[in-house]
This record gives sequence, structure tokens and C-alpha cells, in this order.
Amino acid sequence: MSLAAYITLIMMSLALVVVFIRLVKGPTLPDRVVALELMASIMVGMIGVHAIYTNSSSFIDVAIVMALTAFLAAIGFARFLERGGPRHD
Amino acid sequence: MMKPGTLILYAAARFLMPLQLMFSVFLLLRGHDEPGGGFIAGLVAAGAFSLYLFAFGSELTRDLMRIDPRTLIGWGLLFGVISAFPALLQGQPFLTAQWWPIPLPGGVEFKLSTPLIFDIGVYLAVIGTVMTFVVALAESEQV
Repeated sequence: MSLAAYITLIMMSLALVVVFIRLVKGPTLPDRVVALELMASIMVGMIGVHAIYTNSSSFIDVAIVMALTAFLAAIGFARFLERGGPRHD
Repeated sequence: MMKPGTLILYAAARFLMPLQLMFSVFLLLRGHDEPGGGFIAGLVAAGAFSLYLFAFGSELTRDLMRIDPRTLIGWGLLFGVISAFPALLQGQPFLTAQWWPIPLPGGVEFKLSTPLIFDIGVYLAVIGTVMTFVVALAESEQV
């Protein structure tokens, strides 16, 4: 089981690197927001894998809080983009 | 200037906010011996109220909270101070933790203690602080 956890963590780390490249390069702000959201989702997955690996259920709560916060951040960014977008009123 | 939110946001806020508040109380009460505690519970509760604010606007959020967030900070500090004094009455150093376990039916016991009172104080203070920020920011963007 530890081998599976290692492989999963390595793959998720690679995904984080790829997402980070998009975060830095991302030509527009929505790209960067989506990249940040994806980063948060990958972090939730990593916390879940760590909870399985260390066999402690406390990390599940961390994942829940992280997911809720990421959802809230997504809504906040969406409102910000809506306000900052092209408007004519 | 508050744009009406979408149906998805309304539904998600109505559904998620009570769950998030319950989760925050769970984190608060579990705090002393396991991960959790007043600070993170307060942040989760403030997140719930912020979600409601994003969906329904600041006036409705003020109505929902009933109490002004700044008043909550004061109550939190009051609870924090109250938790410091029972130790003095026992002749122990200031802020020493006091435990009054209350047995409940079913073989469990509710561990009432001064750390719990202190945690409730932290909880209220954190909710008050964060909601003061968020409500003030939301209202300043409406002008």
C-alpha cells in the first residue's frame, strides 16, 4: 500500500508542477483562477492520500476544510472577475 | 451594486451553510485532545457566513447573524477573560485549566472545562473579526 501511496503522491506532485506552469504563464486572469482551483483540488487529494498512508482520520477534516475554503475562494474570484470584466453600465 | 447571484449559488449556499456551521461546532467541541479548536472552528463558521454573503448580500447576512460582528468580538474576549478566573478561586495559578466532567446518559461524559470556555471565546472573536472584515469589504464595494 505504501508503494501505491508513493506513486499517487509523485503523480500528484507532477500535476502540481504542471498546474503551476499554467498559473505562471496563464495569459488571462480566469486561467490563473482555474489553475489555483485545480491546485486546491490536488491538495485535497494529497491530504486524502496522506490520511490513508498514515492511517489517521484527522487529516480527513483538514481535507474537508480545504475543499470548503477552495469553494469559497472560487466564488470570491468569480465575483471579482464579474465586477472587473468588461462593463458598459 | 450587488448583482443577483445565480440559482446554483443560491442552492449551494442554502445547502452548504448549515452543514458548514454544524461542522464548525463539531470542530469547536472536539478541540482539546484532537485536532480542532476555537480558531479553525471560527474560520469555518466565518466561511459559512461569507458564503451566505456572496450569495445573498450583506444586509441579509447582517439579519442572519442577528448580532453585529463587532459585538461578537467583545463577547469572545469576555468569554476568554471569564475562563481565566475559576483557577484563582481554587487557589491555583491564573489560567490553570479546570475540569468539571458532566456524565451523560449512555456512558459518555461531557468535559466542561475552562479550555472549552476559552475556545468558545476564541471562536466568537474569530467569527467577529473575519465577518467584520468581510462585511465591511462587501459594503465598501457597493458604494
